[in-house]
Amino acid sequence: MTPLRYARAVDAQDAVLQATTGATYLGGGTNLVDLMRETIERPEKLVDVSGLAVGVEETENGGLMIGAGTRNTAIAAHPLVRQRYPVLARAILAGASAQIRNMATAGGNLLQRTRCAYFYDESGSRCNKRQPGQGCDALGGFNRNHAILGASDACVAVHPSDMAVALASLDAVVHTRTSKGERQIALTELHRLPGDHPDIETVLEPGELVTGISLPPALPRSTYRKVRDRSSYAFALVSVAGAIDLADGHIRDVRLALGGVAPRPWRAYRAEDVLRGGPIGKVAFAAAADAELSHAQALRDNGFKIELARRTIVAVLDELTGDPA
Amino acid sequence: MSIAKDAKGLAQGMAQSLMAKAVALAPDNWVPGGVPDPLIGRQHGHLGRAVSRIDGPLKVSGTARFAADFPMSDMVYAAIVFSTIAKGRIVRLDTVRALAADGVVEVMTYRNAPRLAPPPAFMSDPKAAGGDSLPVMQDDQVHWNGQPVAVVLAQTQEQANHAASLVDVTYESAPAVTAFEDARANARPAMFMGQPLHDEKGKAKAALDASAVRIDATYRTPRHNHNAIELHAVTVTWQDDVLRIHDASQLVSHTAWSLGQMFGIPEDKVIVTSPYVGGGFGGKCMWQHHVLAAAAAQLCGRPVRLVLSREGVYRLVGGRSLTEQQVSLGADADGRLKALIQRGLTAKTPSNVMPEPFILAARSSYAAETIELDVHTVELDLLANTFMRAPGESVGTFALESAMDELAEALNIDPIELRIRNEPEVDPLNGLPFSSRRIVDAWRAGAQAFGWERRSVVPASRREGEWLIGMGCAKGTYPYYRMPGGAARLTLTPKGASVGIAAHEMGMGTATAQVQVTAERLGLPIEAVDFEYGASTLPGPVLAGGSQQTAAIGAAVIAAHRLLIKELLGIIGNDSPLAGLKPDHVACRDSGLCKRDDPERHETYASILARAGQNSIEVVGEGPPPLELMHWSMHSHAAMFCEARVNAITGEPRVSRFLGSFDCGRILNPKTATSQFRGGIIMGLGLALMEESQIDERNGRVMNPSLSAYHVPVHMDVPEIDVIWTDIPDPHTPMGARGIGEIGITGTAAAVANAIYNATGKRVRDLPITLDKLL
Repeated sequence: MTPLRYARAVDAQDAVLQATTGATYLGGGTNLVDLMRETIERPEKLVDVSGLAVGVEETENGGLMIGAGTRNTAIAAHPLVRQRYPVLARAILAGASAQIRNMATAGGNLLQRTRCAYFYDESGSRCNKRQPGQGCDALGGFNRNHAILGASDACVAVHPSDMAVALASLDAVVHTRTSKGERQIALTELHRLPGDHPDIETVLEPGELVTGISLPPALPRSTYRKVRDRSSYAFALVSVAGAIDLADGHIRDVRLALGGVAPRPWRAYRAEDVLRGGPIGKVAFAAAADAELSHAQALRDNGFKIELARRTIVAVLDELTGDPA
Repeated sequence: MSIAKDAKGLAQGMAQSLMAKAVALAPDNWVPGGVPDPLIGRQHGHLGRAVSRIDGPLKVSGTARFAADFPMSDMVYAAIVFSTIAKGRIVRLDTVRALAADGVVEVMTYRNAPRLAPPPAFMSDPKAAGGDSLPVMQDDQVHWNGQPVAVVLAQTQEQANHAASLVDVTYESAPAVTAFEDARANARPAMFMGQPLHDEKGKAKAALDASAVRIDATYRTPRHNHNAIELHAVTVTWQDDVLRIHDASQLVSHTAWSLGQMFGIPEDKVIVTSPYVGGGFGGKCMWQHHVLAAAAAQLCGRPVRLVLSREGVYRLVGGRSLTEQQVSLGADADGRLKALIQRGLTAKTPSNVMPEPFILAARSSYAAETIELDVHTVELDLLANTFMRAPGESVGTFALESAMDELAEALNIDPIELRIRNEPEVDPLNGLPFSSRRIVDAWRAGAQAFGWERRSVVPASRREGEWLIGMGCAKGTYPYYRMPGGAARLTLTPKGASVGIAAHEMGMGTATAQVQVTAERLGLPIEAVDFEYGASTLPGPVLAGGSQQTAAIGAAVIAAHRLLIKELLGIIGNDSPLAGLKPDHVACRDSGLCKRDDPERHETYASILARAGQNSIEVVGEGPPPLELMHWSMHSHAAMFCEARVNAITGEPRVSRFLGSFDCGRILNPKTATSQFRGGIIMGLGLALMEESQIDERNGRVMNPSLSAYHVPVHMDVPEIDVIWTDIPDPHTPMGARGIGEIGITGTAAAVANAIYNATGKRVRDLPITLDKLL
C-alpha cells in the first residue's frame, strides 16, 4: 500500500470539495482497500464517505431511494426491498460473504473493479485496464470467468457485481454530485464498454460522487439466479436477473439482465424485445435467449458460458412465469 | 548422477532388499509389534475416550502463541519481492527507492545476503527438510516465477510491504519449460524414497488383452496449492551465535539440522520451536522463508518476523503436482481381476525429489492376477512441488477407484461387491501377510449406515425438481508408516509424568491423544500427565508426516516406559511390596506399580520415589527400527459413500451426503479422530469439485494465488458427514492404532465422481469436476 492522506467527509458537499486531484472516495473499502494493498489502486488521498447517505426510503412515485452509503446487508434486509424487489435482495445475498456484505456499500458495489487475475497481478502480468496500451494477458490465458458479450481486443474482463445486475434489470437510476451540481444517470449507462480504453470504466467525471440509487416501481414478479462453482463466496459464471409483468397469458413487460458475462451489468434488451408482448413458453424463452446470445463470442476457456447463459435465462423465465412458489 | 553414486545406490538397494527378505521371514516376536502392546487389551481406561483438546481453551481464548505471535524487542518486519519470470537472471536490481522509504532498515538481495550452503533437499539425508536444493538468494539466477529476489526489512509490516513495491528489478529471460505438453517427450522413470515407482507382477498387458471385460481410461488431476489457515510464518533472532526460530513447522528437528547445514553451524546451535501450528498438510516443512528470515536477521543484526502473505505461500511453498494416469483393468465375467495396470506421468522440477507417487494405493488394493504400475516424471521450470495430504493415494485413488466403478458398470456387478470379490488374502505384490485388514467389515457397516441399497443401478434415473441425484462409493487407503529414529524422554515425579519428544501438534489433537496414551500406560489420571513437544531441543526427531506421528511417538514411549520400570525396580529396595519383582512381572496402575497378576501388591510412584529420596526419574527411550514394515503389509482402509446432486439445467454439482467407514485400527480419541476424518473428507470434496492451481503455461506463474480465486469448499459446500469406524486394533502397532490424518482425503474424489456418474450418466475423468464438464 502506498502512503496516503485520509479525510472523512461530513456530507456530500464536503466530500466533493475534498475530492481533489488524486483523491478517491472510500465506502466500505471491501474492494478498494484490497486493490490498494496490491498497489493496483494508489490514491494520494482517501475521502471517506462511509456513513453518508445511509438508508432506504420510499419515493413519491412508489419507488425506492437507496442511499449510496447504505450497507449491502441493510438493503437486502429492508422490508420494502424484500417485498417489492426480491430480485435485489436475492442478488445481494448471493454475493460475497456476510462479513463483506456488512461492510460493502451500494455506491461502492457499482464501482468495484473486475476480478480478472491478470488485472490483479500488478507485478507479473500485462493488463490494458491497469496500464493502458500494455496488452492483455487474459486473452491467451485463463479466461474461464471472462466475458462473452461486450468485450474488446483490449479487454475481456467482466464486471463482478451481483447487485448491479439486479439494479440493471430494475431500470435503476444513479444519482451523483460534483462541485458543479447534481445529475442522474441510468444504471445501464453508468459503465462503459471497454473498446480501446478499458481503463475508463464508467461515465463518471473525476471527483463525481455517487449519492444514491433510485428505483422505479417494481414489476410484479422478479428473481435472481446465480450460477457459480461453489455454493457461496464465488463470483457468478452466469447470473440472470429477471422481472416480469404478465397479462392474459402474454408477457406485458419484461426486464432481463445478465451478470458474469460482460464488462458491465448486461441488460438483455434483445431478449426483452423478443419476449415483450409475446407468449409464455419454452420456445419463446429459448428464442429470446438465442437472440441475446447470437453475438456472444467465446474465448479459450469460457465457451460453456454461452450455453449456460441460454439455459439460465430460460430457467429464470420459467420460474417467473410459473405458479408462484 | 555419477556412476559411483549409482553403484552406491545399487549396493544399498541390494542390501535393503536382502534385509527386507530376512525381516519378512523372521519370527513375529523378533519384530517390533510382534508382541502386542499391552495397551491394546485395555478397554475401559483413557484410550478410546472422547477427551476434548487440552489446547482447546488456549486456542479459543486467543492465548495460544503461534509463530507470528512471539514478541521480540527491536524486531523488524520482512516483506518479499518475488520474481516475475520463470527462468533467467537479474540484470538490474535497484533498491535505492526502497531503502529511502520510511522505516526501512535494510534490503537484502543476492548482493548482500550472507553466504549460505544450498538447502539439503528432503530425503537427501534423514534430517533434510528443504523443499528443493536451489541456493537461496545467492546469485542472480532465477529458477521459477515467484522466486524471492529481495527481502525488505522495516520497522512495521506496512512499511516493509510498501518498500517492497518500490524495489525495481529487470530480468533477462532464458528459455524455460513451463508447459506440461512441452516436457512430455522427456519423461523419465520416477524414483520415490530411493525406490523406483515401478512394480510388475506377471504379464499384465497380455492378461489384459485376454480378459473378458476390460476398462481403459485416462484420468487427470491438476496442481494444488497448500492453503493452511495459518500463513507460513517465522520469528527469528540470533542470540550469542544461536539461531532461535519460532516456527510453524511439522519437522522442527529437521529444520534445525538443515538450517545448521546452510549456515555452517552445529544443529544444536539452531533452536526451532513450534508449539502450535494452524494446519500443516505437508506444506509446513522448510521453505525459503525460514532461510531468508534467518539470513536477514544476521544481516541487520536484529530479530526478524517474516509472515508470508497468502500470495507468498503460493509463490514459494510447493503444492501437489499434476498427474495424468492411465488405468486399465481386465476381469473375467465374475469380476475377478486378471490385470491391473496404472501408469502415467507427473511433473516435478530439476531440483526436487518428489514425483507425485500415484501408484501407491494400487500396490496393495486388489488381488489382481497380474499388476503393472509405473510413474514417469517430466521436469518443469516451476516452484518445486511437495507433499500434500496423502501424496499419491489422494489422486491415485481417484483414478483407480473411478476405474473400478467403470468396471463394475461394465460387468453389471455392484461396485462394493466387485471390490470385495477382489480382496487379497496377502499383499498382492510382496506376498506379506496383512497386519490387520478389515475393509470388508467397513464396507458392510458403511453400506448399511448410508443406505446403499437405495442406490439406483441405472444412472440418471433419480430426479427431484431440477436436481439429478446419484450415489457412489470408492475405497480409500493409506499405509501405516513409522519412520526410524523416534526417541522420547519420560520424566516421572511424585506428582505425575511428562513425555518430551520433538513431535508436532498441527491442530489434529496429537498432544491430547498422547496424554491419554501416556496416562493409560503409566496408570495415571490425565491431569497428571504433561506432553512436551514442538521443540528441536527435545529428543526425537518425529516428523509429522505420513500419518506416522502416533506410531512413532508410541514406539518411543513404549521404549522409554520399559526403561522407566527398570529404573523404578532398581531403586525400590527391600521394603516395598514389589520387592524382588522383575520388569516383566509388573504393571502400571493407580499412579504406581503393581504385580501383574496380583494388583493388590501395589506401591505408588510417589512412595517409591520418596523412599529412595529422589524427586524424579528421567529416561530416554528410542523406538526400535521399523522392521514391522518389512514383516507385514500394513494399511488402513476406508469405504467412502457419497450422494451427489447435479443440477440438470446448470450442471452445478453439489454433494448432499457423505459417509466414511474407516478401518484404521484402534481409535484413540473419537472426538479428535472424527475431526481428522471429516477434515480429510472435506479436503477430498475440494479435490473432487474445485481445487486447482492455475499456472499460466506461458510463463509458469500462479494466477490464482488467493483464497478468493483458488476455491476450497465453503460451509455450504459441506454436507453432514457421517464417520464410523471398525475400531478393531491392529495387533502389530503401538496401541493397536494406525495413523488417521491422511486417509480421509483418499477415495473421496472417486466416490464423488462415481456418485456424479450415477446421478447423470456422465463420467468425468478430469478433476476438478466443475459444472462446465456436466452441461
